[in-house]
Amino acid sequence: MNCDLDTDDYRIIAATQGGLPLAVQPFHVLAQELELDAEEVMRRLRRMQDYGVVRRIGAVPNHYALGYRANGMSVWDVADERVDELGGEIGGLPFVTHCYRRPRYLPDWPYNLFAMVHGRDRAETEAKVGQIAAVLGAANRGHSVLYSTRILKKTGLRLAPTTATAV
Amino acid sequence: MDKIDRLLVDALQEGMPVCARPFASVAEQSGLTEEAVVARLQHLLQDGSLSRFGPLFNVEAFGGSYVLAAMQIPGGDLEQIVGLLNAYPEVAHNYLREHRFNVWFVVAAPGPVQAEAVLRDIEQRTGLPVCRLPKVREYFVGARFAA
Repeated sequence: MNCDLDTDDYRIIAATQGGLPLAVQPFHVLAQELELDAEEVMRRLRRMQDYGVVRRIGAVPNHYALGYRANGMSVWDVADERVDELGGEIGGLPFVTHCYRRPRYLPDWPYNLFAMVHGRDRAETEAKVGQIAAVLGAANRGHSVLYSTRILKKTGLRLAPTTATAV
Repeated sequence: MDKIDRLLVDALQEGMPVCARPFASVAEQSGLTEEAVVARLQHLLQDGSLSRFGPLFNVEAFGGSYVLAAMQIPGGDLEQIVGLLNAYPEVAHNYLREHRFNVWFVVAAPGPVQAEAVLRDIEQRTGLPVCRLPKVREYFVGARFAA
């Protein structure tokens, strides 16, 4: 869905991509920083939510800190004709946190369906991967699980306000 | 993290309302004042239990580009090349994974042209191919960690 954003929307994005001010009235603090009216800031954020520009406003837990140490990117090779149907099913499993279709990179990379799975240990993650395999059944033509062993960088979105306004 | 912290993280990873006092309902549920909720969130961010608190943007919804990329980097060159990658402000996440493709990162840019320019620059400077795996379709993006 297309959403036309103006300069003030981009100012809100630039001001909050690192996080929201931590206060009892965070949107009021934000509005003050931007010299906008608080109602106006909230109206803009709600609109960006309606258009999917903002997925949600909330807490992003560090899964390691929560005890989820076995972070597995499970990747699957399924027929292109069925990937949407199967992706919908796999994305609907309660333990899958992200699920995407991505291009293959042949011959090195035959996998077109990605599903992130987290467990407290590898056995727990493997069990979840097993459940995905069970759902896919014969449609699974091959899969792999890539465990992360180190977070090398995690800053999230960092669009400079100048480039953001030029989008 | 104590029991109340877990309750807060559980409730707030689903998102909170955009209103004048967005912590009011979670405060009531957890038997805290709104001030205490904010103080706990501050603490959880400081000790690293939360990576972030605020809006989660979908870059693509406003013309931006988010490309997952993978590289096969020989062990001896790893530290140096990771340093090179991480120095790009466009490299938003970078993970070391157990696989032949051992380095997985995301390039976030204002548009596809800028993202591709960063990826080409990386290939030129490292002399290694970068496997581009942009999302074709999204089936689910959420947060479902039982805290």
